[in-house]
Amino acid sequence: MNEPALMAEQGTSLWTDAWLRLRNNRLAVASLIVLLLLVFVCLITPWIAPYGYEEQNLELGATPPSAEHWLGTDVYGRDMLTRVLYGGRVSLMVGFIATSVALLIGVLWGAVAGYVGGRTDAWMMRLVDILYALPFIIFIILLMVVFGRSILLLFLAIGAVEWLTMARIVRGQVLGIRRQEYIEAAVAMGLPTWTILRRHVIPNTLGPVIVYATLTIPQVMLLEAFLSFLGLGIQPPQSSWGLLISYGAETMEEFPWLLVFPGLALAITLFALNFLGDGLRDALDPKASKD
Amino acid sequence: MSRFIVIRLLQAIPVLFVVITVTFFLVRQAPGGPFDADKPVIPAVKRALEAKYNLDQPLWQQYTSYLGDLLQGDMGPSFKYPGWAVQDLIASGFPVTAELGLYALLIALFIGVLAGVIAALKPNTLQDYLPMSAAMIGICMPTFLLGPLLVLIFGIWLDWVPVSGWGDLPGDKILPSITLGAAYAAYIARLSRSGMLEVMSQDYIRTARAKGLPESVVVAKHALRGALIPVVAFLGPAFAGLLSGSFVVETIFQIPGLGRFYVQAAFNRDYTMILGTTIFLSTLIVLFNLLSDLLANWMNPRLRQKIGGKA
Amino acid sequence: MGGETNVESGNRLKILHYGNYGEPQGLDPHVVTGVPEHHIVSALFEGLVQKNPYTLEVEPAAAKSWDVSADGRVYTFKLREDARWSNGDPVTAEDFAWSWWRALQPALGSQYVFMYFPIKNAERFFNGEIEDFDKVGIKALDQHTLRVELNNPTPYFLQLLDHYSLFPVHPPTIKKYGEPHESYTRWTRPENIVSNGPFVLEEWRLFKYLSVRKNELYWDAARVRLNGIRFYPIDKQTTEERMFRAGQLHSTEDIPIDRIPWYRANRPDLIKIAPYVGSYLYRVNTRREALADVRVRQALAMSIDRETLINTVLNGIFTPAYAVVPDGLLGYQPPKLFDYNPDKARQLLAQAGYPNGEGFPGFELQYNSHEQHRKIAIAVQQMWNKNLNISVQLQNKDWKVYLDDETTGNYDVSRGGWIGDYVDPNTFLDMWTSESGVNRTGFANARYDDLVLQQAPRAASHEQRLELFREAETILMENMPILPIYTYSSKHLVHPSVQGMPSNYMDYKNYRYVDLQAAQDEN
Repeated sequence: MNEPALMAEQGTSLWTDAWLRLRNNRLAVASLIVLLLLVFVCLITPWIAPYGYEEQNLELGATPPSAEHWLGTDVYGRDMLTRVLYGGRVSLMVGFIATSVALLIGVLWGAVAGYVGGRTDAWMMRLVDILYALPFIIFIILLMVVFGRSILLLFLAIGAVEWLTMARIVRGQVLGIRRQEYIEAAVAMGLPTWTILRRHVIPNTLGPVIVYATLTIPQVMLLEAFLSFLGLGIQPPQSSWGLLISYGAETMEEFPWLLVFPGLALAITLFALNFLGDGLRDALDPKASKD
Repeated sequence: MSRFIVIRLLQAIPVLFVVITVTFFLVRQAPGGPFDADKPVIPAVKRALEAKYNLDQPLWQQYTSYLGDLLQGDMGPSFKYPGWAVQDLIASGFPVTAELGLYALLIALFIGVLAGVIAALKPNTLQDYLPMSAAMIGICMPTFLLGPLLVLIFGIWLDWVPVSGWGDLPGDKILPSITLGAAYAAYIARLSRSGMLEVMSQDYIRTARAKGLPESVVVAKHALRGALIPVVAFLGPAFAGLLSGSFVVETIFQIPGLGRFYVQAAFNRDYTMILGTTIFLSTLIVLFNLLSDLLANWMNPRLRQKIGGKA
Repeated sequence: MGGETNVESGNRLKILHYGNYGEPQGLDPHVVTGVPEHHIVSALFEGLVQKNPYTLEVEPAAAKSWDVSADGRVYTFKLREDARWSNGDPVTAEDFAWSWWRALQPALGSQYVFMYFPIKNAERFFNGEIEDFDKVGIKALDQHTLRVELNNPTPYFLQLLDHYSLFPVHPPTIKKYGEPHESYTRWTRPENIVSNGPFVLEEWRLFKYLSVRKNELYWDAARVRLNGIRFYPIDKQTTEERMFRAGQLHSTEDIPIDRIPWYRANRPDLIKIAPYVGSYLYRVNTRREALADVRVRQALAMSIDRETLINTVLNGIFTPAYAVVPDGLLGYQPPKLFDYNPDKARQLLAQAGYPNGEGFPGFELQYNSHEQHRKIAIAVQQMWNKNLNISVQLQNKDWKVYLDDETTGNYDVSRGGWIGDYVDPNTFLDMWTSESGVNRTGFANARYDDLVLQQAPRAASHEQRLELFREAETILMENMPILPIYTYSSKHLVHPSVQGMPSNYMDYKNYRYVDLQAAQDEN
């Protein structure tokens, strides 16, 4: 059978086409560059940060931006530039990894439920309902009691809640796709379910999934701040954008720079992600490729 | 169609049962009990308290008696506020939170759909970027930041609206509703933009255009309904999320709503209150998910045909 | 906004708008425990005595006078004939005796029942060792005479009478809505409650506010200036501060620390900061191997630069503490055995076997999730790291997890605090005795127990008693199971129109003294 070869060819052309289309979207390309730059800067932070992230100067206290401290200092006299850079390491890592976890579970779960349908669908989606309903805070506290406090658990905990909405969205999409001619054709050709899912169903849900994922990343970054409040996640003197923003919000009148700079960092990331997400969505749109 | 609803409602029973059971045993595994305090309770007093709330019985016995009471509509007294029954507290908090959630959702829908549709009409131009960026502010600014910021600007500096409260002073509902709605506006904007883009390339829209209908009619009459399917799928969980997630807004604005009860119950290890709010919210989640599935079915012309054809 | 603010309308109508921290758990004086409840209950009820908010001296309240026997063990109270319950019934000595009998029912679950234990046989009656209440030292001799007999002369006993757990309740009302030992019945609802204080309950709107209005039947109603008080349960400090700024509150329960410099610079007249009878400290788990050596604990205590910590991060509002009892309680001077001394600290650590911190295993510092605890822990962590070269991990925990870990000994170093229940060194010292439920450090010293539990209560004179306490506290500080950090301050924002609510050591408010006078600058 020449089917695998056919599939592979189709697969490459889908991605190549998408890449070509994405390249023409200047905003998306610019966003991609900004994101890569952010990731790069965060990766090399330990070598370029002007101060240590835990380094205090209590006598100095909170000062606005100056030549020595470009983004000012916090109440401990710690350099904000350094803290925003280190915070980015945590936030970007949490954002991308936890979202990936959620994406992986949510897409698979939703696709299978939507495609297989019937009783399987009912069982799978009612499980989602149950997980939606359980008291989240108690759940997190118990997770910590059982597994101890670790960054790995943080990813798991966030992934465990964020996949639910993802699964619902994907399932909704798949319900629509399932009845399309090309799926019926694939079924008629006798392709295995898994292959149909992988080759035809999931790629066609990518548009909304990417859009939702780009919205999930900032949400996850902020959820991390809440979990840190519960004692899960990172502990001082380490920080993250979410934590810097939540502390900054408490003193927005006294020390606005403590809020503005981490807020800007998060906003830039978010905007870049969204424009890139839109670009990707447009580039991957199967209908666009037909035109 | 009605068979579909009945099946889903029947499915809700085991869902709720599992939620109640799991929650019941889960909360008791969490460290710290409802009566633990900085000043430790004298043992005799603690025994008396535990006897009063049946905490001295074996766990399974507590469980069965809880289920028995629940079937009679009694959720027991709150452990933190023992003078009040859980169902009374929920009854006092829910209308407030529901009202807040409704206003927030309306604001989010208005801003979100408007921005999304405008953006989708001319994708990748300034008409796309500007409204979408504006809608995204709600995500850049989480509620714990947007709330205090709005209060500072409009409550303190400009002195236009009250800084807190709910239904006590004129205008005190404005800021909380905006704060809570802003976060959801961005989601709805993005979902309706992508839904709109998808629909606009479909054949029936081309047909409508070919007939020479004005663009505004095409958008309003033909495209919008299809474009909003993903938005509707999102609304079910979103409304349930608004109810349980209004905690931050309720705290910032001093609003006596269910969101505060729900979160504080967990921190207080208020067993009965955790269970009561969880049961209440999960019922709502099941109902709203069902509702949004039904709406999505009804709005999707392709699916509707199939269902209609079968019937 | 064009409308009148709460403060303006409050000044006009003499209604005090009061930021009250949290929603009260209940209003039964024998059952509730928290600060917000305390504020409301003391407006609704009145004990035998009250305190002068300026001097904290005990003043007559439901009792118009009292005699103390020569040995200090028997108090005879004369109750006022004109004291009335809010339904018109007279307040009698029997009401007090019955109320105290009720509070001593174990089934009621009164958590402050230990306040009664100085009274003869009260503890044994509570524990069921004696059944006959006549054997307890509480006796109504006639309608207006109450005799109380104590186990030992207890210098702070009169103060205890102003604690809400010893307030009277109206027996017929309690019985109407349940058994005497039943807690949280409907008797405290606005439509049911009968009370004897300067105010009566008017409206209770859950999580919004609770309002009380002047009790016209109160014996001293002529002196009560306010027509009512509205208590707002506010969870969030920053919200409270903004409500205050917007004119929605006359006074706040707290001030966000970072906001204080602004008020100092712009409106110093609005902030009220005063020392408060409470100690902020870190408990050290002496059962942990690395912390079992007293020299390590001393090194930790000496390497915290309290002055700098308070003057920078905490904006100078607290007083550095080097012992657990706050300075000047009834003339008590706590010992000062050490000072900030990083060199000495390093020496001690080296003597303990960790020169320059080498080989020290490190430990975890736990605190319950709260802005202020986090702030202090971050600074202390860095001081230990810089001065001793040891690594300390911070761990915040949600309140109940934190408590659970502390009481089960599952911690290394843990943030702690203690607010005195009454003004006496005893309330800060008996907690470190070996059997105490709040010790939690593993510290056990027979001499200490003997001094605090046996010798001090039987001391011949006040001076001798303080001397014994001082000896005990010296032992405590030599062993250093706790690292004292600072003495608390109460901090409030108070509108200039509020009169008669002075700062004091107990953060005690007596609403009978409070008045509202619109200030001149207010057009």
